[in-house]
Amino acid sequence: MYRVKKDRLTELFTSVSKVQDLFLPLRKCDQTNYGLWTPEETFDLDTLKTVKSAKDCFFPQSEVLYRCRKEDGKISIDPQQLCDRPFVVFGMRACDVKAVEVLDRVFLSDPVDSFYKARREHGTIVSMACHEPEETCFCRNFEIDPAAPGADVETWLTEDSLYWKPLTEKGEALTAAAEEFLEKTEDGDKTVEEEQTAIRGIVEKLPLSHLDLSRFKQENTMELFDSPLWEEMYKPCLACGTCTFVCPTCQCYDIRDFDAGKNGVQRYRCWDSCMYSDFTMMAHGNMRTSQMQRFRQRFMHKLVYYPANNDGLYSCVGCGRCVSKCPASLNIVKVIKKLGGEA
Amino acid sequence: MQVENTEFRPKIVAFCCNWCSYAGADLAGSSRLAYPADVKIIRVPCSCRVNPMFILRAFQRGADGVILCGCHPGDCHYTTGNYYARRRMTLLFSMLDYLGVEKGRTRVEWVSAAEGVKFSTTMNEFVAKIHELGKNVRLEDLRCKN
Amino acid sequence: MQELITRAKELLADGTVSRVLGWKKGDLGWDPEPAYFDKAEELENFIYNPFCGANLSKYLIAAGKLEGTTLVFLKPCDTYSFNQLVKEHRVKKDKTYIIGVGCHGTLDPEKIRNTGVKGIADAVLEGDRVRLNTLYGDKEAAAAEVLLDRCLVCKGKTHVVCDELIGAEPGEEAGPGELAVNRFAQVEELENLPPEERFAFWQEQLSRCIRCNACRNVCPACSCLKCVFDSSQFDSNQKANADTFEEQMFHIIRAFHVAGRCTDCGECSRVCPESIPLHLLNRKFIKDIDTFYGEYQAGADTESKGPLTDFTFEDVEPGIIAERGGGR
Repeated sequence: MYRVKKDRLTELFTSVSKVQDLFLPLRKCDQTNYGLWTPEETFDLDTLKTVKSAKDCFFPQSEVLYRCRKEDGKISIDPQQLCDRPFVVFGMRACDVKAVEVLDRVFLSDPVDSFYKARREHGTIVSMACHEPEETCFCRNFEIDPAAPGADVETWLTEDSLYWKPLTEKGEALTAAAEEFLEKTEDGDKTVEEEQTAIRGIVEKLPLSHLDLSRFKQENTMELFDSPLWEEMYKPCLACGTCTFVCPTCQCYDIRDFDAGKNGVQRYRCWDSCMYSDFTMMAHGNMRTSQMQRFRQRFMHKLVYYPANNDGLYSCVGCGRCVSKCPASLNIVKVIKKLGGEA
Repeated sequence: MQVENTEFRPKIVAFCCNWCSYAGADLAGSSRLAYPADVKIIRVPCSCRVNPMFILRAFQRGADGVILCGCHPGDCHYTTGNYYARRRMTLLFSMLDYLGVEKGRTRVEWVSAAEGVKFSTTMNEFVAKIHELGKNVRLEDLRCKN
Repeated sequence: MQELITRAKELLADGTVSRVLGWKKGDLGWDPEPAYFDKAEELENFIYNPFCGANLSKYLIAAGKLEGTTLVFLKPCDTYSFNQLVKEHRVKKDKTYIIGVGCHGTLDPEKIRNTGVKGIADAVLEGDRVRLNTLYGDKEAAAAEVLLDRCLVCKGKTHVVCDELIGAEPGEEAGPGELAVNRFAQVEELENLPPEERFAFWQEQLSRCIRCNACRNVCPACSCLKCVFDSSQFDSNQKANADTFEEQMFHIIRAFHVAGRCTDCGECSRVCPESIPLHLLNRKFIKDIDTFYGEYQAGADTESKGPLTDFTFEDVEPGIIAERGGGR
């Protein structure tokens, strides 16, 4: 266990950012979002949840895949360079760390997504325990422990210090690189344990911590799919993509072309939302014709289809971003309660 | 040896209505009145055919200035089209200014079919103004730039 | 609130209406959701409190396609949106039964959280103070700090259209008193900045846009069946802000398309997950329309012509912007 005094964090970050890209939760216009940190930016480790998750660091909202250009009657294709610079993402919460596992199973299984893989290989994740979980949090239902967030390095932020515990090889390497700021501590374990007990105590008491997920099993797929409750639940849905884009586990994307005139054509991919009317648009038409079907897809995917294909791992991590951001106050918790028979 | 041309050559898009301003441009040409070749004319059926997206698109694709020309108020081929265009463009230009885009980059001018001289002087003035303002960087799309 | 439920039950029972459109209790006290109630017993979950900020008028486009009349609860400012929709033939008044509900301001959970209050369970507005009942004990906040932006420039407590009023007096005093400020103050402040700073301001704000389309989808004035930003027929269908230009384009066009039709209901800013002050774009258009073409409040009536579908021979020339600066 290591320790850094809180007032030396900026120095630590400065030193890290000299050799690697450093992504931190940055405070801008009263909002906190992950971004590339430079000493001019204000980092914010107190806000529990960034608006968007740290997903962008590995799977950005939009990225160019390749460019085509026509010159002298010949077409040249210029593929986008894969990520080749090491980077650190600092301060990811337990839920967001778990979400990376969800993404890994999609992008790193065959066929492997080379863009994602390159970023995962070059990225080191420093997680941070949740000092004060909020009422929108429900990670406990997915067996996530916000007091032991995992990843390459785990950290705990207390009143005056940051406790630092490397867990993997990458984590050890980062620890070695930041050695001059980290002091070994003996009594750190005790402080961290106290903090962990406190966090777990709060989590038990959170209003959304005890959901019944028992019905969301593969054998109930058809029953859940055909439930008349969807028809009731979807109605307030505005068909915007807020829930999808703030979600740390949503991984659908669209591939589009941008015609840049004489600069050729850029093929890029960008996040897509199953809430959008053109999500399943194909040459023959669209097989999801109503918002109810789109709404159902999102939750069936998270709670039934994904676990069925991934050893029971739900593709929701209970971060609660959709709970606080949905314009119509719909969210996965309401769906779990209603379909799970609680409400 | 290659000589690099560093002189700024603005790209100007001029939307001209078919009935007055386009004919005005024609007249300017046939009367041998000069206006810079930097002006690219796009013919539209009426000034009110131009929706705000056209203007933004022009900037995106590399224009440094956009000018809309139509019949004089009262002379619209479709009676009232240019009155609507007038309101729309006033609001759009004001919005662009509000977003911090230089307000000289956009302009509306009424040019009749008989006003070859006005067309040429307007274009000369406008190009001079864009020269003064320099490259458009506030409404640019980097993907379309070299 | 009980009065609203009782009246809704009566209207359902006597067949005046086939369904009720209102707000339903959420799990957390601050997250009521817009909901339909088809049966009297479902109304047990009905709620009306200061967190019911959602403007229900846009749902009436969908409700209008259903059999029978829909009972809807509208706050004073929501009725403007309803009128505007009637004017644009998007909803039919005779398929709607409106109960105007009194409103003393609606709260922004995001702003409350920003003051450091967590675990909100309930809130009561008392004059210029808000009493908050939270999981961590009772708290208090100044109303001006936690009200939704739209309420700080309240249009007044008059319902411009309704079949009956509950909890509101006709002709009640406008605005929450001293809270009401000049609604163009923020716009003017921006206008008075040098262009570079204005540019930097919007750049910073718009760069946070995640293109979730919530502002568009919630907007009662945005009622196109297929938006130009969604249609595969146009290359504006880019789906992501792949370049800063896309951010500017989306937000200029979104605001422009509702210019003259926007009632300033503030839903766009309420729902923005990144808290971008989108209403400042709409309000700029409203301010310009007021100065150039005379004061106009969209939704105040159902007959008048909108400023962009109308003109006078003497209208100002667009050149006025370059001459005097759009600033003033």
